[in-house]
Amino acid sequence: MTILLLALRRLAASLPTLLVILAGLFLLLQLAPGDTVDALMAQMGGGDPATAEELRRYYGLDLPAAAQLARYLWRLVQLDLGQSAIYGKPVATVIAERLPVTLLLMGASLTLAFAGGMVLGVVAARRIGQWPDTLISTLGLMFYATPSFWFGLMGIVLFAIHLGWLPAGGFEEVGAGYTGLTRVLDIARHLVLPTLTLALVFLATYLRIMRASMLEVMSLDYVRTARAKGLGETGVIVRHALRNALLPMVTLVGLQAGTMLGGSVVVESVFALPGLGRLAYESVVQRDLNTLLGIVFVSALLVITVNFLVDLIYGRLDPRIAAGR
Amino acid sequence: MIIDRRDALKRAGLLALGTAAWSPAALTRALAQGAATQAPRRGGVLTVQLNGEQRVLNPAIRASTGVYVITSKIVEPLVDLDQDGKPAGVLATSWEAAPDGKTVTFRLRQGVTWHDGKPFTSADVQYTAMELWKKYLNYGTQLQLYLDAVDTPDPHTAVFRYSRPMPLNLLLRALCDLGYVAPRHVFEGTNVLENPANTAPIGTGPFKFVSYERGQHVIAERNPNYWREGFPYLDRIVWRFIIDKAAASAALETGQVQLSTYNALALADLDRLKSDPRFTVSSKGLEANAFNNTLEFNTRRKELADVRVRRAIAHAIDVPFFIENFIYGLGKPATGPIPSSSTAFYPDNPPPYAFDPKKAAALLDEAGFKRGAGGTRFSLKLVPIMNGEDVPLLATFIQQSLQAVGIKVDIVNLDTAGALSTVYRDWNFDLATGWHQYRGDPAVSTTVWYRSGSPKGAPWTNQYGWQSDLVDRLTDEAASELDPEKRKALYAQWVKAVNDEIPVWMMTERTFLSATSKRVHGDHNTPRWGSGDWHDAWIEA
Repeated sequence: MTILLLALRRLAASLPTLLVILAGLFLLLQLAPGDTVDALMAQMGGGDPATAEELRRYYGLDLPAAAQLARYLWRLVQLDLGQSAIYGKPVATVIAERLPVTLLLMGASLTLAFAGGMVLGVVAARRIGQWPDTLISTLGLMFYATPSFWFGLMGIVLFAIHLGWLPAGGFEEVGAGYTGLTRVLDIARHLVLPTLTLALVFLATYLRIMRASMLEVMSLDYVRTARAKGLGETGVIVRHALRNALLPMVTLVGLQAGTMLGGSVVVESVFALPGLGRLAYESVVQRDLNTLLGIVFVSALLVITVNFLVDLIYGRLDPRIAAGR
Repeated sequence: MIIDRRDALKRAGLLALGTAAWSPAALTRALAQGAATQAPRRGGVLTVQLNGEQRVLNPAIRASTGVYVITSKIVEPLVDLDQDGKPAGVLATSWEAAPDGKTVTFRLRQGVTWHDGKPFTSADVQYTAMELWKKYLNYGTQLQLYLDAVDTPDPHTAVFRYSRPMPLNLLLRALCDLGYVAPRHVFEGTNVLENPANTAPIGTGPFKFVSYERGQHVIAERNPNYWREGFPYLDRIVWRFIIDKAAASAALETGQVQLSTYNALALADLDRLKSDPRFTVSSKGLEANAFNNTLEFNTRRKELADVRVRRAIAHAIDVPFFIENFIYGLGKPATGPIPSSSTAFYPDNPPPYAFDPKKAAALLDEAGFKRGAGGTRFSLKLVPIMNGEDVPLLATFIQQSLQAVGIKVDIVNLDTAGALSTVYRDWNFDLATGWHQYRGDPAVSTTVWYRSGSPKGAPWTNQYGWQSDLVDRLTDEAASELDPEKRKALYAQWVKAVNDEIPVWMMTERTFLSATSKRVHGDHNTPRWGSGDWHDAWIEA
């Protein structure tokens, strides 16, 4: 019950922020030259102004900006995200179609990055200054500094073109009509390269954080106490040090939940995946306000939720935090 | 700085993508293919790469190659171009025009059914022409401006009545693009813009719409009741949206897709695939969609109001050099707004402004714009209107070329929507560069670039503050001249007039390119094959 109350309090506190974000984004897009009808005209290759006016009325662009914003927010209160100009369908539907792809890709990447970063970070911290540490740190720096599209393209060249092991892109084999387990495996094969590409950048960040925070924790008194009472090295790390060292990592995951829903435009473009990142990019290019604001709104909700969960996990990891609530 | 750009790119390793080794088996197959023409095979799937997604899949309300490349296999027009580039009947079988040019009678094909089983009749043509082409279809609204009514004396005759003479050849050529027929029973009484059939098209074509997964693919499958007996050959067509151009060429090379058309690949990759025996890279089959790189002048600027300055700018830019070094030689200097592939109108004159920087400087001096401090005469703002990857390259090339004759150019980079509104609605530019697309007849989408009186905000029309009585008169006369010979003569005069005055300079003349796997046959056999119905295309097992 207290948890529910806490959640509601959190949500209420974030509503003003959400409103400011949406209004700000709306005004920002008003400043960009051209509107969604211009983008449509570009797609059509021209047309007469009467048609353009007709379409502006159709998209509700003939109203002043303030009226458009008021109309949008009023619809939002009724939990209606409006119509997507690009797809001519409700924004909620369009986002729901893209959500699974993005969640799969980002979920897999974050999990891989989190697990890999944790293990590598611990190893580097344990072997500080020796060759494993140097190797891991160098690799981490390389992953961090390399643009992900290049990783992706090189992955395609090597594994798809030269070796022919993995598909060069797409979410699944189009029109193969796979169902059940075959389809799951097919999607998994398609997601190997994009997941790796995206995970490497995150992994580099996580292993740096993990290494630093392990080093800090290992020098604390309670670790010395644990050793003094005769615990083995593994016991010390797993049962004592890791719990505290994980706190900054959990914080980072909470922060990156927003990135996660925003999707990765670059990776989705390179691997032709229909995720939210591409959708957000498309909506900017096509000046599709409703879709863009819808993505921001859903992302914001997700960030609020995840950060709430992160708080709960904190309490589990470090009882002192829970007690202080 | 003169280097061959291709070599530079190779040295930089940018072309390393896909200089992949390919197997001896592929080589023997490629060699064997050249040997004999095989019998067409029934079955198989053709997968096509597209680099952009359209909002609407209804060619009766959206005229654009991006729509045709998908929907022309599902929905059919009244007429299309045959192998010789002559209009041939599709849903129409014959046509005749009254001597006064105000009535055109189409006899329609019998025994054709829509994909939902309903019969195709003249009522569909009447409804589509009056309610869709005349009200919503871009360029169709202008073409059918004087269409008063479509009479349907019987289910297989449609009589188009015009209040002004309509040249039959103009109508036929335009109807290839602007003559797709939609089913009346699906659209009548609904909100046309919101009709679900706009994204799940119902037509009479060789392929039936199956599904459209946003951001992923569109699928169409064989129509078993197609009116051409024994066609189509293919079981299905899949169009995949692959936006990233490097990924797109990878998909082609790994065999995931077999066709990429309308320049959906990077020019560098097209150039590279030319020498790959597994693919054909060619503009054959896309001749009807010629386009030009443009340089557009805002003549409200006092410097650009002087025709000598516009001519000087044209003389200052080495178009052949640009074509050779920036776009892999895929084009030629334009001779005016009408491309050489449009044989019915092409006046066959040389390119009007040869590269001649001395002459450019002399003209600028003569116009009274002497070099000032630092050798600069005046500065101009150039807005590139992004269409293809060559547009920003050309913008930079214009900037450097004009610097040499003392004109400073500032490039303003915007995305497409921004550039369109900045140039055509706000007139906030001095120079603009983009593409002009020719659509089979100068009256469809070409003369509007020069005819005065275009309302503010219409993209790719005369928004240049420039007007010429002669050009306006020639445009109007040619649009309603019934005699083809006289029409051709009028357009020859028109080309000369707009070349002299250049409110817009057509710099290059180009055609689109396809990259096609050699496993595909029966392809690119009409001048607008990319927008054709593909009923006779087939693919090797």
